[in-house]
Amino acid sequence: MLSIDIRWHGRGGQGVVTAATLLGGAAVREGKYAHSFPAFGAERRGAPVMAFTKIREVPLRDRSQIYAPDYVAVMDETLLDVVPLLDGLKPGGQVIINTRRSSGDLGLAGDFHVSTVDATSIALDKLGVAIVNTTLLGAVSAATGMVSLESLESVIRESFRGSLAEKNIDAVRTAFRAVKEA
Amino acid sequence: MAEFKFINGNEAVAYGVKLARAGVVAAYPITPQTKIVEKLSELIADRELEAEFVKVESEHSAMAACLGAASVGARAFTASSSQGLAYMFEMLSYTAGSRFPVVMAIVNRAMAPPWNIWCDHQDSISCRDTGWIQYYVESAQEALDTVVQAFRVSEHPEVMTPAMVCLDAFVLSHTEEPVAIPSQDAVDAFLPPYNPPYRMDVENPMTFSAGAFPDSYMEFKYGQHLAFQVVPRVMREVEDDWERKVGRSYGGPLEAYRCEDAEVALVTVGTATGTARLVVDSLRESGRKAGLIKLRLFRPFPVEELRETARSLKAIGVLDRNLSFGFEGAVFSEVKAALYGLPARPLAAGFVAGLGGRDINVEQVEQMYDRLESASRTGLMEREVEFIGLKGVAV
Repeated sequence: MLSIDIRWHGRGGQGVVTAATLLGGAAVREGKYAHSFPAFGAERRGAPVMAFTKIREVPLRDRSQIYAPDYVAVMDETLLDVVPLLDGLKPGGQVIINTRRSSGDLGLAGDFHVSTVDATSIALDKLGVAIVNTTLLGAVSAATGMVSLESLESVIRESFRGSLAEKNIDAVRTAFRAVKEA
Repeated sequence: MAEFKFINGNEAVAYGVKLARAGVVAAYPITPQTKIVEKLSELIADRELEAEFVKVESEHSAMAACLGAASVGARAFTASSSQGLAYMFEMLSYTAGSRFPVVMAIVNRAMAPPWNIWCDHQDSISCRDTGWIQYYVESAQEALDTVVQAFRVSEHPEVMTPAMVCLDAFVLSHTEEPVAIPSQDAVDAFLPPYNPPYRMDVENPMTFSAGAFPDSYMEFKYGQHLAFQVVPRVMREVEDDWERKVGRSYGGPLEAYRCEDAEVALVTVGTATGTARLVVDSLRESGRKAGLIKLRLFRPFPVEELRETARSLKAIGVLDRNLSFGFEGAVFSEVKAALYGLPARPLAAGFVAGLGGRDINVEQVEQMYDRLESASRTGLMEREVEFIGLKGVAV
């Protein structure tokens, strides 16, 4: 039975919590059940932030935290030296990371897959700001197939108004095509 | 038709208040409750809810404003948490003693110091004897549904008593999940406009919240006591009507989950219930006779319902996310007191867990059931009170 746990890492201001929510909303749009929640901390701009999305085929009952994620999505590669990003990642799991470098250059090796995308450049180009949450969502969609691009686009249209929605969708589509299997 | 939204517990409460057509919202922000009144202020500013939003300088004033609004016949709502609720304490008994059916959401947060914004139930449990009905909910959907139902129960002519709808900080307040928003038509058919038998009116002067001397004070308190006694009945009637009109029910004052032939059961309050459901399901799969009792109503305490469910158990455990220092968890005391009148009682164990937001996970709940099963086999409860998930060091 479908059971996906994803942990999001980023810094305060990059839209980590919103990414977790948008992914959950997209899964619900596809008829699945989801919970999304922040790491319940006292976040502030620039500080390491975590959020989580759980996706299931049946209504969720367990509200405990995620200790063994299937996926880890990383919005800021400088966190590699700051927080234990791979903690509890399931064997054979997957890391989706915003970087210009390759997984080898990042020193990421182990029993997991790595997908990379230069989300910062895409976000700066399409949105004019380095808020990479929607961009990384595009990469997550392409790299994992857990939600479709169409579902992401429709939750983004619901959450952002007018041209902001269209710019974010442009960023999502660009990242969807740009993601690399490292 | 209901509309589905992917929203968190705080937003679900705000939508419940909107559907209930509250006329006055007075509030002071405090984490983790803030999003409730923030959302309500947006709904009011956007004219989606025709209400007066009163910005106040403290929680004490928030409740005073709600009391004032209710006294002239308005449906009033506020929300608070932790130290904010403590600051409001004086006005709690004032509102209850004046018999104003204000509804307040409490997003349960630990008491400081040490400063902590995360979940436990110490804040609302400490308000047990202020004269407020207390509901605890498990999901964002139940939060929305209970807020609407709470207005109807509290405004019932035999009840006229305020209510707290309590939801777990972050685990519920900040977790997005799919929530069905009932149609306004369905809620309007369920909840008529508030029309109190008495209200402050310059055309028809009356005294409210008056003094009462020793020759009459006790009868006022007895009146509140009698009002509480009809709450379980009214709650069931109200929930039946909600089920007819909206299609959902949560089983009244308590829900007995897989308790039919159970030998052991755990009493839970709030979101730990969901985790305990998973544990019970897996115990049942391996043929073990385990059940779960979800307490939805803490005040009044559903004595009859609990006795009915627990009388055939061999052992009962209580998961308390609060602590009465030097004694035990408060719900454990209540459960034991309620069962004391039975000719034969199950063995009982109290588990204190999850204080200050410490995660309550499957392993911890399994540990509780193991203890209950062991007592059920041996006929002895080794330790009556146990801390679960404690690191073993006092600070």
